[in-house]
Amino acid sequence: MSSGKHGGRVTGLVFSPWNLLLLIPFIVLLTPLYNRESPELFGMPFFYWFQFAVIILGVLSTITVYRMTRKAPVSRVVAGDTEDVDKLDEGRAE
Amino acid sequence: MQWTELIIFSLLFILVTVLGFVAARWRRAESLDHLDEWGLGGRKFGSWITWFLVGGDLYTAYTFVAVPALLFGAGATGFFALPYTIIAYPLVFLPVLRMWSVSRARGYVTPADFVRGRYGSSLLALIVAITGIVATMPYIALQLVGLEAVLRSMGFNGAGFLGHLPLLIAFVILALYTYQSGLRAPALIAFVKDILIYLVILVAIIYLPSKLGGWDTIFTAAEKKFAESPAPADGTLLNANNQLQYATLALGSALALFLYPHSITGVLASRGRDVLKRNMSALPAYSLLLGLLALLGFVAIAAGTTPIINNATGRPDGNTIIPELFNGQFPSWFAGIAFAAIGIGALVPAAIMSIAAANLWTRNVYKEYIRKNATPKDEAKQAKLASLVVKFGAVLFIISIDPQYAIDLQLIGGVIILQTLPAVAIALYTRWLHRWALIAGWVVGMAWGMVLLYQIPNPATNRAHFGGSALALDKLNILGWQPFDGSTVQIYVGFVALIANLLVAVIATFVIRKMKVSNGTDSTKDEDYHVDEHDEDLRPIAVH
Repeated sequence: MSSGKHGGRVTGLVFSPWNLLLLIPFIVLLTPLYNRESPELFGMPFFYWFQFAVIILGVLSTITVYRMTRKAPVSRVVAGDTEDVDKLDEGRAE
Repeated sequence: MQWTELIIFSLLFILVTVLGFVAARWRRAESLDHLDEWGLGGRKFGSWITWFLVGGDLYTAYTFVAVPALLFGAGATGFFALPYTIIAYPLVFLPVLRMWSVSRARGYVTPADFVRGRYGSSLLALIVAITGIVATMPYIALQLVGLEAVLRSMGFNGAGFLGHLPLLIAFVILALYTYQSGLRAPALIAFVKDILIYLVILVAIIYLPSKLGGWDTIFTAAEKKFAESPAPADGTLLNANNQLQYATLALGSALALFLYPHSITGVLASRGRDVLKRNMSALPAYSLLLGLLALLGFVAIAAGTTPIINNATGRPDGNTIIPELFNGQFPSWFAGIAFAAIGIGALVPAAIMSIAAANLWTRNVYKEYIRKNATPKDEAKQAKLASLVVKFGAVLFIISIDPQYAIDLQLIGGVIILQTLPAVAIALYTRWLHRWALIAGWVVGMAWGMVLLYQIPNPATNRAHFGGSALALDKLNILGWQPFDGSTVQIYVGFVALIANLLVAVIATFVIRKMKVSNGTDSTKDEDYHVDEHDEDLRPIAVH
């Protein structure tokens, strides 16, 4: 597989280093890290609130990847494209 | 009979029924006589609709009743649902983009369509399609289990045909509007479902702990219950034996999630890559909901909730824990809203799953083997009929056999859908694995997964086979060789089967390549994996 433009289109694998952030949430698979009682938060053992905290960590990583790879030349930009993307309700588009 | 609850439940049910029928006119297409329209909603859903649709699709009624029931019964191990949904989105973030692009470029409707195009093998596509249908069927049946748990709490707890009548009525209505409106129906209803679910969970999670004395009291009550129970593996924390099971089950379930045909349907219905990226970032918001909901299992322990005895089987129905908690702790009007939230939560995924199964049947069996010259109109017609068959199959299934079998089959479903990972997900990146090696890997993964599941007993329910998905490493026997003899550490069966599948596929690829057997023709091009919504010369949608 070759990377780069081919006839004006992107071919091959397009990889951004930002994508590596997607690995961060996998920390939640390492159970020995958090399988304990203390410290408690609001009466909740560490085991539970730690995993809730990883949700926030996960959302931050995916949002960062989304934001940082948005401008990547995945496809040819057509005039008006960027404006469309910022519209919140895309329901009525097309 | 709980009249207040029943009236509120019925009113909300009527509301979504109307929505289901109106959906056919929503963002109307010229006609629905094409799978792009009926089966994928015109491939034009934006960020919000996709968020509700995919969320409504993945977080099902069964999730809502079963996950808290697991925590109620076994404690910490049931919480695996949280890490599972935390890693699922980062895991599929990049592959779903490629899947969407290639499907958009080539007009694929199902994951099996992609496999067909990638490997030029209708046999491999058939295998993927049938695995998908078989894994989805019990999943639909489980939605009925969730719906029945709610109906039972409202007083419909009869045995025999009459006991199942409310369920049957609900499903006939669902079948009719799905037939008419296709994917637009669950997409529209998903809004109502999610608003109700969020409302109920937020109220439950703020109101109930304060009423019962805070999380401290709740966790103390749970610890006390598990300390007193004879089962060795339960508790509010994991133990040395089930940590590996916890992590591999979370990882295996996350890998399986977007291999299920109904998840792919949700993905392909979206308008473009940006919509998907945004959704992969925003969907974890549901994980928060799921985690809080799971903790209601402990809340139920503190509240002293007991499950209802199912009059049809004579055994306690663990899935009634959450409905019963709501029944006992909420005023009846709010319990009615909560029941409607769970009930409607069953309809959305059931509709999407039946559409996904119907698409698979139509594209990869009917069109491939039965009527090769079927027009797009014929395909749409066939899929509509197939969706009816699938739904009534699921109802018959629940009515005629013990619901416990549906739960067992769902367990098996997760293991078998994982076996399509090499042919569907890895093929998105490379064709290095040979098509015949993929088939060999699938056969080994399926067979071994089945054998391992068969060997797992469940002492708690007094069953010798299919007692769960946690395999003691001690039982791992590779042609007489036991690498972990004597170990009591547990692992998820699906994960073991997938590794076997991958190993066989890799080794067989080396061998088959040496023999210079054809690897089929790839009808996809490199650039297909990057197309996006605004590209010029993009394949038109729903052309006849």
